[in-house]
Amino acid sequence: MKTISLEIDGQHVQAAEGSSILIAARLNGIYIPTLCYHPRTRQAGKCRMCVVEVKGLPGLQVSCSIQAQDGMAVLTKTEKIIETRKMIVELYLSNGSHNCMSCEAAGKCELQDAAYHLGIEKSVFPVLKKDMPFDVSCPMIIRDMNKCIQCYRCITGCNNIVVNEVLDMGFRGSKMTVVCDTNKPMGKSSCVVCGECVQLCPTGALTEKKTIGRARAWETVRTRTTCPYCGVGCQMYLHVKDNEIIRVTGVEGTEPNYGTLCIKGRFGYDFVHSPERLKTPMLRKNGVLEEASWDEALDYTAARLTDIKQKHGPDSIVGIGCARSTNESNYVMMKFMRAAIGTNNVDHCART
Amino acid sequence: MAGLASTLGAGAMTNSIREIEDVPVIFVIGSNTTESHPVISYSMKRAVKKGSRLIVADPRKIDLTRWAARHFQHRVGSDIALLNAVMYEIIRNEWHDRAFIDDHTEGFEYLKETVSKYTPEYASGICGLSADEIRELASILGTADKVGLYYTLGITEHTTGTDNVRTCANLQMLLGHIGIENAGVNPLRGQNNVQGACDMGVLPDVFTGYQKTSDPGTREKFEKVWGVEKLPGTEGAKIPAMFDGINHGDIKALYLIGENVVMSEPNQAHTVKSLENVEFLIVQDIFMNETAEYADVILPAACYAEIEGTFTNTERRVQRVRRAVTPPGMARDDWWITGEIAKRMGFIMEYNSSEQIWNEIRSLSPSMAGITYARIEQQGIQWPCPDTDHTGTCYLYCDNVFPCGKARFQPAEWKPAAEVPDEEYPFVLTTGRRLWHYHTGTQTRRSAGFIDIFPEELIEVNPEDAQKLNINNGEYITAVSRRGKVTVKSWVTSRVMPGVCFMTFHFSEACANVLTNNAFDPVTGTAEYKACAIRLEKSNSASEPEKQRVHRENK
Repeated sequence: MKTISLEIDGQHVQAAEGSSILIAARLNGIYIPTLCYHPRTRQAGKCRMCVVEVKGLPGLQVSCSIQAQDGMAVLTKTEKIIETRKMIVELYLSNGSHNCMSCEAAGKCELQDAAYHLGIEKSVFPVLKKDMPFDVSCPMIIRDMNKCIQCYRCITGCNNIVVNEVLDMGFRGSKMTVVCDTNKPMGKSSCVVCGECVQLCPTGALTEKKTIGRARAWETVRTRTTCPYCGVGCQMYLHVKDNEIIRVTGVEGTEPNYGTLCIKGRFGYDFVHSPERLKTPMLRKNGVLEEASWDEALDYTAARLTDIKQKHGPDSIVGIGCARSTNESNYVMMKFMRAAIGTNNVDHCART
Repeated sequence: MAGLASTLGAGAMTNSIREIEDVPVIFVIGSNTTESHPVISYSMKRAVKKGSRLIVADPRKIDLTRWAARHFQHRVGSDIALLNAVMYEIIRNEWHDRAFIDDHTEGFEYLKETVSKYTPEYASGICGLSADEIRELASILGTADKVGLYYTLGITEHTTGTDNVRTCANLQMLLGHIGIENAGVNPLRGQNNVQGACDMGVLPDVFTGYQKTSDPGTREKFEKVWGVEKLPGTEGAKIPAMFDGINHGDIKALYLIGENVVMSEPNQAHTVKSLENVEFLIVQDIFMNETAEYADVILPAACYAEIEGTFTNTERRVQRVRRAVTPPGMARDDWWITGEIAKRMGFIMEYNSSEQIWNEIRSLSPSMAGITYARIEQQGIQWPCPDTDHTGTCYLYCDNVFPCGKARFQPAEWKPAAEVPDEEYPFVLTTGRRLWHYHTGTQTRRSAGFIDIFPEELIEVNPEDAQKLNINNGEYITAVSRRGKVTVKSWVTSRVMPGVCFMTFHFSEACANVLTNNAFDPVTGTAEYKACAIRLEKSNSASEPEKQRVHRENK
């Protein structure tokens, strides 16, 4: 790929031919704020937060949509640019209901971050307060269109990334809003609840029902792991507060799922904390299962297996492993059956 | 896996998930991808947006057909007849890849002979598609630049499962669409670590990495590292033989880890009988499920969020699993529990960490030798990966190097399912999964929201059949097979063709496996979950109108 050279804020940088000014800047560690751009949904050209000045071009240019050219001179932080960005954020804040107090997105909201970095306390414009009812019809996702900034990320994600083709922009002018199918409540629409839109949403317009009131974004610690459902092996983060999983997000930028998940991977985590989890070993005594200590249960198990092995031979014992457990546990189980018991009677459900 | 192992050499997806987006013709047969592997279906649908042709062959009008250029709705259990006829047409039109066949395969003449009787007209009578439709499918596949074939349990869960898989492999070998990027034979694995459990040798005839227990040299290698005098060489029992052995009195003890067999094995009555008969039943699991009720000992295990280790995904990628929370109560890691039993039986198997176990695995398994925890910290690696300088293998059989020298055509004749409809049981029941639930429901039914979306099992019945039997949508009906009966709510839908019903095994209240047939593929021992005969009866249970989705309005 051909490399080009340009100057951004007086710094000489290199970029791949064909990349936008925004990408060229970001890859060289120069920050340009964005609200609609996301690495996976790419440029939408909607929010105008990424405006820059380009020498030789009139006015402000939208850096996500303009290709970087060899020899270009770009400025990203002039007074004019900062004032424009401020105005953009203030316009956003004047439209809808951007109340951060109990917003689930607080702390991971890109609009909130933008306002913070630009030092905006409140909008100078009169607030055109929208009062659209929340769409709570979906059991997993809450849609608060009062917080929507019409960045199109959710629409692009739904149509071009997970290709479930549910979301679109509906209506015109000031009534324009994101709709499911033909403006159905999400829970009654063809939505398959993959949650891609929630992961992409830069504000609190789309949030997860199950996390409400349980943790602020900054209170959780995230651990990367592999999804426990189907065989795709999606990479995900478990966000944990006080030893409880609060939310699950897809890991961006890595195989095999590049951030996407499905309903089970994203929302099917609370079984981990079910009160019905087995917590104590149990032994059947006089026909009834009773709680036991590990020593009791393990000694008893080992004694019974030893006894059966001696009386009936190793092949009278069989083991069924688990296609959900780790490689390491499966290996140990296989080794146990072959080496400790002495039989090849070991199998699991998915030998197909 | 046996089908692919015997034709190509390795029982695994030949290609990677990320290749799907650039496959010119995606041929999906026997896979309900949008519901069972949603994230892979995203790739397929993106491919369609980029211009790929998606071809679906499935007895049901699955959601994926919305994005398909063509849907060939063949009858349940007719895959071999259909594909043999497709191959007949490909050979007749000389669309096959002669150079590839001559240089890299053996048994082509045998294949040619076998498929010679499968004219489209003949196959049409078996699979229910018209001869022209079969010719059309042959022409799409035969003239495509590259075909990527994707299948799941619709192919394998038949008494002819191994032959079905071999037939899929035959097709791709015939077209020369093997050993290259964006084409191949790709079984999508249904559980997070099915691939890994197979790779680890939790199978009656192999150690890790598919090293045969029958090979004395291999046994010696394992004997040395494990510190045992003699490991058994003869092939052990598969699950069906285990249950039969229990009922015959030969098998006395069953150690069951994480398998809710009452719900997941076919013919529930038979499974339950085995669990009642077994002298000593150990259940190691995370929930008190339908199977654990029969246990003599229950050992509480930690779940995926509470442990360190690795899973291997469907594209052979070994990926890390990390501990995010502590296990409840006294629950412990599976390997710790098994190790403690071993120790108390006098066999020392003590490990301090999952990484230590992994290092032992890779020391014994050439195909995984190069995969270390440090190397997969950020991104998993796909086996084969023989050494730590190797970056892993995106697609298998590059440069047409097959483990067994040449790829082998293994033609198969079509055979009907073990149980076909008759006057008494006139419907075919086929089974599968739904997007909204997983397996025996132990996880999704305990996670908020899922039950709101899909509260109970539904049996899919074609509108024509419903009309004949006077069944209303949402009415409770009784489905009866030779093995049992369940009362289940009807879903009158043209997703299924006339004469076919569909159910899942997600709900213990109405589990398809009460009905399914414990007839097995002779090679793999996989049950024929996809076809059995049932009849439908009006139920005495009070009929209630179909529940609307109920939603928690908790904001």
